[in-house]
Amino acid sequence: MRTTARFIPAIYIFLLMTPIYWLINMSFKTTNEILGTFSLWPNEVTFDNYITIFTDPTWYNGYFNSLSYVTINMLISVSVALPAAYAFSRYRFLGDKHLFFWLLTNRMAPPAVFALPFFQLYSAVNLFDTPLAVALAHCLFNIPLAVWILEGFMSGIPKELDETAYVDGYSFPRFFVRIFVPTIASGIGVALFFCFMFSWVELLLAKTLTSVAAKPIAATMTRTASSSGYELGLLAAAGTLTIIPGAFVIYFVRNYIAKGFALGRV
Amino acid sequence: MNKKISNQKAWWFVAPVIVLVAFNAVIPLMTVVNYSVQETFGNNVFFWEGVKWFETVLNSERFHASLGRQMMFTSIILLIEVPLGVAIALTMPKKGVWVSVCLVFMAMPLLIPWNVVGAMWNIFALPDIGLLGRAINALGIDYNFTSQPLSAWFTTILMDVWHWTSLVVLLAYAGLSSIPDAYYQAAKIDGAKPWAVFRYIQLPKMKRVLTIAILLRFMDSFMIYTEPFVLTGGGPGNTTTFLSIDLVKIALGQFDLGPAAAMSLVYFLIVLLVSWLFYTLMMKDEAQ
Amino acid sequence: MSKISLKNLRHSYQAEPGPDSEWALNEMSVDWSDGGAYALLGPSGCGKTTLLNIISGLIEPSVGEVWFGDENVTQLPPDQRNIAQVFQFPVVYDTMSVYDNLAFPLRNRQVPEPDVDKKVREIAAMLDLSETLMTRAAGLTADGKQKISLGRGLVRSDVNVIMFDEPLTVIDPHLKWILRSKLKELHQRIKTTMIYVTHDQTEALTIADQVVVMQAGTVVQIGTPVELFERPKHTFVGHFIGSPGMNVLPCQLDNGRPVYGGQTLEIASPISQRANGARLELGVRPEFVQLADAGIPVRITKVSDAGRFNIVDTQHGDDSIKLLVPTGETLPAGTAHLKFDPTHTQVYADDWMIS
Repeated sequence: MRTTARFIPAIYIFLLMTPIYWLINMSFKTTNEILGTFSLWPNEVTFDNYITIFTDPTWYNGYFNSLSYVTINMLISVSVALPAAYAFSRYRFLGDKHLFFWLLTNRMAPPAVFALPFFQLYSAVNLFDTPLAVALAHCLFNIPLAVWILEGFMSGIPKELDETAYVDGYSFPRFFVRIFVPTIASGIGVALFFCFMFSWVELLLAKTLTSVAAKPIAATMTRTASSSGYELGLLAAAGTLTIIPGAFVIYFVRNYIAKGFALGRV
Repeated sequence: MNKKISNQKAWWFVAPVIVLVAFNAVIPLMTVVNYSVQETFGNNVFFWEGVKWFETVLNSERFHASLGRQMMFTSIILLIEVPLGVAIALTMPKKGVWVSVCLVFMAMPLLIPWNVVGAMWNIFALPDIGLLGRAINALGIDYNFTSQPLSAWFTTILMDVWHWTSLVVLLAYAGLSSIPDAYYQAAKIDGAKPWAVFRYIQLPKMKRVLTIAILLRFMDSFMIYTEPFVLTGGGPGNTTTFLSIDLVKIALGQFDLGPAAAMSLVYFLIVLLVSWLFYTLMMKDEAQ
Repeated sequence: MSKISLKNLRHSYQAEPGPDSEWALNEMSVDWSDGGAYALLGPSGCGKTTLLNIISGLIEPSVGEVWFGDENVTQLPPDQRNIAQVFQFPVVYDTMSVYDNLAFPLRNRQVPEPDVDKKVREIAAMLDLSETLMTRAAGLTADGKQKISLGRGLVRSDVNVIMFDEPLTVIDPHLKWILRSKLKELHQRIKTTMIYVTHDQTEALTIADQVVVMQAGTVVQIGTPVELFERPKHTFVGHFIGSPGMNVLPCQLDNGRPVYGGQTLEIASPISQRANGARLELGVRPEFVQLADAGIPVRITKVSDAGRFNIVDTQHGDDSIKLLVPTGETLPAGTAHLKFDPTHTQVYADDWMIS
């Protein structure tokens, strides 16, 4: 019993990787091979799909667009969430509990509900089809999340740290930037990770708020699937490429993920 | 415990967050509320309609049907993902390099864009070129998710389990790793059987994270749109048309703004209500 | 109930330990007699907890055997050894009531419910837990929780030994002595062997009949509190027990008598063991150093008030010597002479006492 149990994570990981493998497998096949023969690995490996993506601006710009709105969103979310989380963890003020709950309810808003109003709102302020629009829209769920995660980390830091710093003659801004922020560095890392995650995977709002100039890579894929027939190899290659940034990020934060989750805050 | 100092100036710290979130939440919400009580024939001309759209939505069979499908889907995935996630977390190694390896691989599905998840499962499950589709048909089972409702449901649920079980695993694992060794040692000395260890030590310690896992999975599966839309497009027929898919069909496909807005509000309220109930029950239990 | 013997025990957390430094416990053979109250005393990281966990069966020793009476239990899991253990941080089953917590070890062993009830109530009364029997264990204070952990050990009538791993760490100071005397009283009543791990000498000396002092994985001395105080077998025991600790001064030997500061000192009986080039030191506790008209010349550097005594720091060459002088006694200014009590002056070769 004990020994068989040890294989369960391995089997689970194997099953998780199978669809991903199939995607990668497809990305190295030619369209003919995909449609003509059924094989567990590419018979003749082709890099054409990847070459197309790296040479066609509509493809690689999509990639940059996605990365740019994700980055902007991470920066905005965490930098405004930091002072707010500090306020929630350290001070009592009028309406603090309600405000906190209201922030969290935004995590519960179905993006589908907001798609159309968002389109009108961002058109009205002339931000439609810019990475900034998507970055701001994703703040809807990422800021509450970042506040929640950071508040958890900050509450774990004794107030004495603040008091000692004031006694030592630090001004508030200097204390915050020089002492407090480095102390909760791992919390910031976890918050950044989750902002990345939810901004990177979301598509409904990203697609609604862009048309050509700021189109995310994932939306470009949808276009391929529908308009230019069934270029499955290309689709698979683009899909494979979207997995890479995520895998990269997880690898870097692997030691913090468990800690972030351990706070019970996601 | 409550050592917080009263400080009204703290509002300044929260102000940027409020401005940004309010911009994204309040204005669109007002737009939706606005549409939900009016009728338009284009050209920005609106007529006051009161609660007519709400009555329409609440009485429409179409809404009932997608709400039913939605509840069915959410219940099934919760019933699978939560126990499965806990079981996998229990078998994970406690320390060493394998922990990192497990965490990295298990977290991967969580970071794949949702439409890529849908597309990936599409080519994975297609009966002619997909590994899964081929394999199931090779077993002698007639399987085609593009034409059979049952296959479509099976594939959608399998995809969601594939996509999100890891979230439960990671949360449960974090809960488990916060249990000090002394608890296991005491249980050993007390002669507790594995089941008793699970029931009286592991489960109580995981309660908090599991509540969060269930809450998150409830909210996210209730709002699911992209993955099933890319995989099945809501079909065959309407068999996998969940609430969000239906909503987008009405709002952007048919441009019936009034009913769509009313439906949006009802939908949002359901998510809020269930989450709130769940949250309150959890807090009450914790206070005991 | 039976005697516990550790035979040629050695332990390392490495699978294939090499040099001495990789051993958490160095070879030791120790007997714990039935019904004794032992304290296992030593600084953090000296291997106390490792030793405790080997006795309880949570760790299997790399080398050697553990015997309970005439049964070799080295391979037995903890639940079959009939032991009880109270941990540093209280372990209670949060979701259960105090009653169910106490009943848990019995129910796991399929004890009939009427017997469980009788035993639980008896133990609860003994620990002053009767009032709170039906409340959720999670709501109790730290000392209440520690009582439950202890109670879970006591309910079983067949326990060979109860082990305590620094159980008072998280208890408020004013409750510590109440719990300590409660423990002492319980031991008197139930006569079960008790092993009490601590790094606090006061705790060890008040609770135990026999104190086992450990340092860096080695048992350096086993003895009654008085023995540890008057005849420390190792300089570490001298330092660690007593406040301030023993004076340890470099010396030579001349005809079995220590020579220090150019003077040959009297001791109880001349040393017959040969030192063979080992590092020689003499040890004398501040309690046994007196001011005298003649003797070792010293300079007084500091006097600190410790209540009934003044602790006087003096300097002889590079060595500092402490002594206790009753408050009120006038001290000579600047320089003085010291005399060591011959019956309480020991000689150490490479830190171990020789005679």
